[in-house]
Amino acid sequence: MNTISRDEVAHLARLARLAVTEDELDTFAAQLDVILASVARVGEVAADDIPPTSHAVPLTNVFRADEVRPGLTQQQALSGAPATEDGRFKVPQILGGDE
Amino acid sequence: MTTATDALMPYDEVLERFDPVLGLEVHVELGTATKMFCGCPTAFGAPPNTQVCPTCLGLPGSLPVVNGVAVESAVRIGLALNCTIVDWCRFARKNYFYPDIPKNFQISQYDEPIAVDGRFDIELEDGATFRVRIERAHMEEDTGKSLHVGGSTGRIHGAEYSLLDYNRAGVPLIEIVTKPITGTGARAPEVARVYVAALRDVLRGLGVSDVRMDQGSLRCDANVSLMPKGATEFGTRTETKNVNSLRSVERAVRHEMQRQAAVLAAGGTVVQETRHFDENTGFTRPGRVKETAEDYRYFPEPDLVPVAPDTEWVIGLRKALPEPPAERRRRVQTDWDLSDLELRDMVNAGALDLITATVDAGAPAAQARSWWMSYLSQEANTRGIELAELPITPVEVARVVALVAEGGLTNNLARQVVDGVLAGEGTPDEVVESRGLAVVSDDSSLVAAVDEALAAQPDVVEKVRGGKVAAAGAIVGAVMKATGGKADAKRVRELVLERCAQ
Ligand SMILES: [Zn+2]
Repeated sequence: MNTISRDEVAHLARLARLAVTEDELDTFAAQLDVILASVARVGEVAADDIPPTSHAVPLTNVFRADEVRPGLTQQQALSGAPATEDGRFKVPQILGGDE
Repeated sequence: MTTATDALMPYDEVLERFDPVLGLEVHVELGTATKMFCGCPTAFGAPPNTQVCPTCLGLPGSLPVVNGVAVESAVRIGLALNCTIVDWCRFARKNYFYPDIPKNFQISQYDEPIAVDGRFDIELEDGATFRVRIERAHMEEDTGKSLHVGGSTGRIHGAEYSLLDYNRAGVPLIEIVTKPITGTGARAPEVARVYVAALRDVLRGLGVSDVRMDQGSLRCDANVSLMPKGATEFGTRTETKNVNSLRSVERAVRHEMQRQAAVLAAGGTVVQETRHFDENTGFTRPGRVKETAEDYRYFPEPDLVPVAPDTEWVIGLRKALPEPPAERRRRVQTDWDLSDLELRDMVNAGALDLITATVDAGAPAAQARSWWMSYLSQEANTRGIELAELPITPVEVARVVALVAEGGLTNNLARQVVDGVLAGEGTPDEVVESRGLAVVSDDSSLVAAVDEALAAQPDVVEKVRGGKVAAAGAIVGAVMKATGGKADAKRVRELVLERCAQ
């Protein structure tokens, strides 16, 4: 029983700008189902008296002083980029004509 | 596809048939030294990708740490807008795949903003007060800058590729969101402009940002929708981005009202979309279809712990807030007995802060105003710069005023001293010293100069003795010339009359 539909996988793929084939839609729908079902098991042990939590450590207000720290040079920053131009990262056309 | 030839309904007709509803989202880039989550500098205009690090480039293994000053600025902005500062809030990930953010998510705040439920009273052009209710102010990080290359127009549609500079990625942003603004009628465009201008003044007064719309440190997105007269439900809204000046805010709102009215009147429906404002044509054109909040799949940011502003700290920040600009203007107007026009001229010239600082430094208001509004304004005009950019400080202007009051300078000499300060020759006292501009107040040397002038023009002496007192002016002029303008003309005149009477 799929709780994730092919359409939802296609929608997620579009948001992630991934090209997914028709076959892959079925494969991923099934896999995402398994993942969601596994994560959902957490809900089985969560009782009403346990508030949802996003952090394992009971910390708040971890702040940094507003002081400049050395970063990367332009050359270092671009060193892992597949393509560059004029000191910038070069990426393919971002939005299709329909968006 | 919609083009720049969109039909527009005449503005008067729009107002006969519809009520506009506004929602304004203002992004302000904070003037912190470093970014929101890393120690990279934030200065505007650096060569591309020279203010970056693994964190703001989203490299694997890097972790964000919150800039404490940015949180403080957010709280102060919230307080200045009469918001409630929450006692606990979190950051959230806004997921989207677009290369302006290299992590593929923007760290923002979603359902737990730091400041909520504010109100901000703005003063419209006719002096009427309009209350804008504030939904929220939240913290987030700015995106990088894209440059689209190729295609027919260089705009994003048809671009062949894009070039990314991440210097701006991660710069602290505060987004200030209004509740829907209704009841403006014909004044919707004015309300939008005045709101952004008033907000800019408040932010400038707080010293949290340089609020330069031209450089993008203050940006406004204008949401506009129309309701047919008598309707109770809001219509579909559009969000116009790229509004980079106060005038554009006004034009964009007006244009969207006219465009949407034409669409609705023709039986069409308004598409919920992001539109871009074209500064040249005053038109808006469609951008990408907006992803819904659901599409962003927000969730609490696991790499950052919650922010819990301490109550005492917030109370202290509230007490230390500067006087709101509108109140300050009203106080100044009363204290200095200014007309509305005089006040507006001062505000428009950017002189209010300078004049008040000059008064604070001990100068009488009238003199402080006179210097900044006439001589220095002309100087700034000639140089084509803002008044505040002139290389003279309010304290220096106050010192010049004091020297005149003490009798150490005449008005003419005072202008020469100011010229010296503007020319970078030092403080007023240093200029007086180096240019030798002090008034000759020693009577004996003045008497000598007067006698010399009288001897040179015996006919004038006769005229004065014959009752033509006005003729003394010629002698006064001669003495002033002889002393290089350093004499007190009033004293010289007294001496001339005394000597003639003898
Ligand atoms: Zn960085």
